[in-house]
Amino acid sequence: MSDGCAAPAGGVSLDGVDLAKESVIQGVVTRADDDPVAGAYVRLLDASGEFTAEVPTGDAGEFRFFAGPGRWTLRTLAPRSSPVDRLVVAQRGAIAEVRVTIGA
Amino acid sequence: MSRETALVSADWVEQHRNDPNVVLVEVDEDTSAYDKNHIAGAVRLDWKADLQDPVRRDFVNKEQFEALLASRGIGNDDTVVLYGGNNNWFAAYAHWYFKLFGHPDVRLLDGGRKIWELESRELVTDVPQRPAAEYTASDPDLAIRAFRDEVVAAIGAKNLVDVRSPDEFAGRLLAPAHLPQEQSQRGGHIPTARNIPWSKAASDDGTFRSDDELRALYGDAGLDLATDTIAYCRIGERSAHTWFVLHELLGVSNVKNYDGSWTEYGSLVGVPIAVGDEPGEAT
Repeated sequence: MSDGCAAPAGGVSLDGVDLAKESVIQGVVTRADDDPVAGAYVRLLDASGEFTAEVPTGDAGEFRFFAGPGRWTLRTLAPRSSPVDRLVVAQRGAIAEVRVTIGA
Repeated sequence: MSRETALVSADWVEQHRNDPNVVLVEVDEDTSAYDKNHIAGAVRLDWKADLQDPVRRDFVNKEQFEALLASRGIGNDDTVVLYGGNNNWFAAYAHWYFKLFGHPDVRLLDGGRKIWELESRELVTDVPQRPAAEYTASDPDLAIRAFRDEVVAAIGAKNLVDVRSPDEFAGRLLAPAHLPQEQSQRGGHIPTARNIPWSKAASDDGTFRSDDELRALYGDAGLDLATDTIAYCRIGERSAHTWFVLHELLGVSNVKNYDGSWTEYGSLVGVPIAVGDEPGEAT
């Protein structure tokens, strides 16, 4: 695992991660025609709306966070699109899958 | 120090793309970002392989920094413009190194890689070949770097600013939420530290907020900038972002970055830790 603080495109791999201890939020960003969006920026905001993390999407539009249990907001920024917010609930030991569709 | 001498816009970078005295430098933790593409003419610095000592947990020293910049073709008289991913966290960290070693003219691209990508500006794969230069660094300026003993002594005495997310500050998360949460350090924060997340100083697109907004941010948080301030995060790069805001944009001179940050503090034996959303008391 990285010992830095940066987010690699698509998110950190689940290899070697004890999922029972994690509250994973992951998914893909697509345009309305289902084309995945690489290089979009997905921001994870806490229940108060404060920034908690951000990941650029990978080549297949994928992203992943290791949040805590609770309610979160995913805010997605992409070129030529307005920001899109999606609410998500994370639980320990579970993977919350989210599909984000952006305009244009 | 001011916004005019510390920051450049994306337009400014495009206008200076053929200026031989301007060196663009991309700094990422994930060096594959540069390999994939980068702004035309930019050279790369790796925050770890290039800026950290390969054996001891510390920076490169003066001689290593001189050799690094010489090899990248960067001279003392060049205007260095740093940018990178993650909202310029690692570019700000490298910027702080350049200041530590006395580089006269070093700036950040406002918004970093993100604004460049969101505005669909040109990115290339060509790697520039810059001839080696001569570089002479100053001795490290320890007026901008804090060490652990000074941090422990600052509890209840100086401003401690924890720039991590509220959940990391409280101890509910042990790392930024794009990383797995199983970590060796304890959770929480240094007692009496105020939580002013780095992200409050930037817009969603990664550009810095206006000087007036920034002054209001720290003022509303009750931070008396006449008192010495130490900023920290987890490994020192998000706090370099806040150091940049306070020292370079707002011109506050008595600010240090604690680069050991929570990775060091949360592993120390016997030091006090506060958990929860409140700063906590000095004991």
